[in-house]
Amino acid sequence: MTDRADMTNGRGAAAVLAAGIGSFALALLALAGDASRSISSTLNFWNPTGPLSGVTCVAILIWLGSWLFLSRRWASRDVNLARTNVISFVMFAAALLITFPPIMDFLQGK
Amino acid sequence: MEITTRDAITVLHGVGFGAFLLLGFSGVMVILLSSSVAGHPWTSKERRLGGYYLGGMAVLAWAAVLVGAYVIYPWYRAIAPAGTVDLSAYPQRLLMSDPTTIGWHDIGMEWKEHIAWFAPITMTALTYLFVKYGPHLPRFRGLRNAMLGLAAIAFVSTAVAGLFGAMLNKYAPVRGGNELIILKAKTND
Repeated sequence: MTDRADMTNGRGAAAVLAAGIGSFALALLALAGDASRSISSTLNFWNPTGPLSGVTCVAILIWLGSWLFLSRRWASRDVNLARTNVISFVMFAAALLITFPPIMDFLQGK
Repeated sequence: MEITTRDAITVLHGVGFGAFLLLGFSGVMVILLSSSVAGHPWTSKERRLGGYYLGGMAVLAWAAVLVGAYVIYPWYRAIAPAGTVDLSAYPQRLLMSDPTTIGWHDIGMEWKEHIAWFAPITMTALTYLFVKYGPHLPRFRGLRNAMLGLAAIAFVSTAVAGLFGAMLNKYAPVRGGNELIILKAKTND
């Protein structure tokens, strides 16, 4: 087991921030797909599921990619957790709101 | 007593994965409070079991969204051939055909299909933190706070998706496929 003295919070902060980034990316992709017909057809990776297939696949890639990137970057560092937590949870809150259809429509001026 | 294959898979998605996931959140809160806030001294076996429990929750969340998006959703959004009068095999079209039910699609399904994905993402991150930091977790207050937040987001996402899933299936059930006979009724001649 790693001793506390050797253990940093970097990898943990990376997991939390990446989850926020992935969720926010999913919400933005859903918004973009809803707002633009060309983006919607681009995100249509698999016809039976439609644009949701592209929204979810790309969001998962962004989540895992950002997790890998941040985890490597912060592996041996102690980062400001209060700041990364606030940023993550602001992104979660924004993602929850953006995916709520009346707000998604409002953002598009519908 | 019969059920169609699509009904059976919808039940598996909603009850087998979704409802179990919702029920499991009480255990998640016990694990998080016990390991982080209450300062309960965990044995390594208890911690391993806690990791399995959280990992199981993440697997349930992934199973729910993957089956929902890639198996059931295509049946839900199937396009009815022109001139179809009976829309019961086309749940999305059925909901959209009536102004009193269109909201279940426009708000319910449109929100559910996206918000549900926050649960597996957050549960995976939560499991990782629990397993990675293990006995050192009580010393990382910021991570403990983040874990409680992740659990709350996973719960809210699952609850919203589950609520709308149940209501959608009430107004426009996903049906079709082969009939599976569960029980044969006795005939009284």
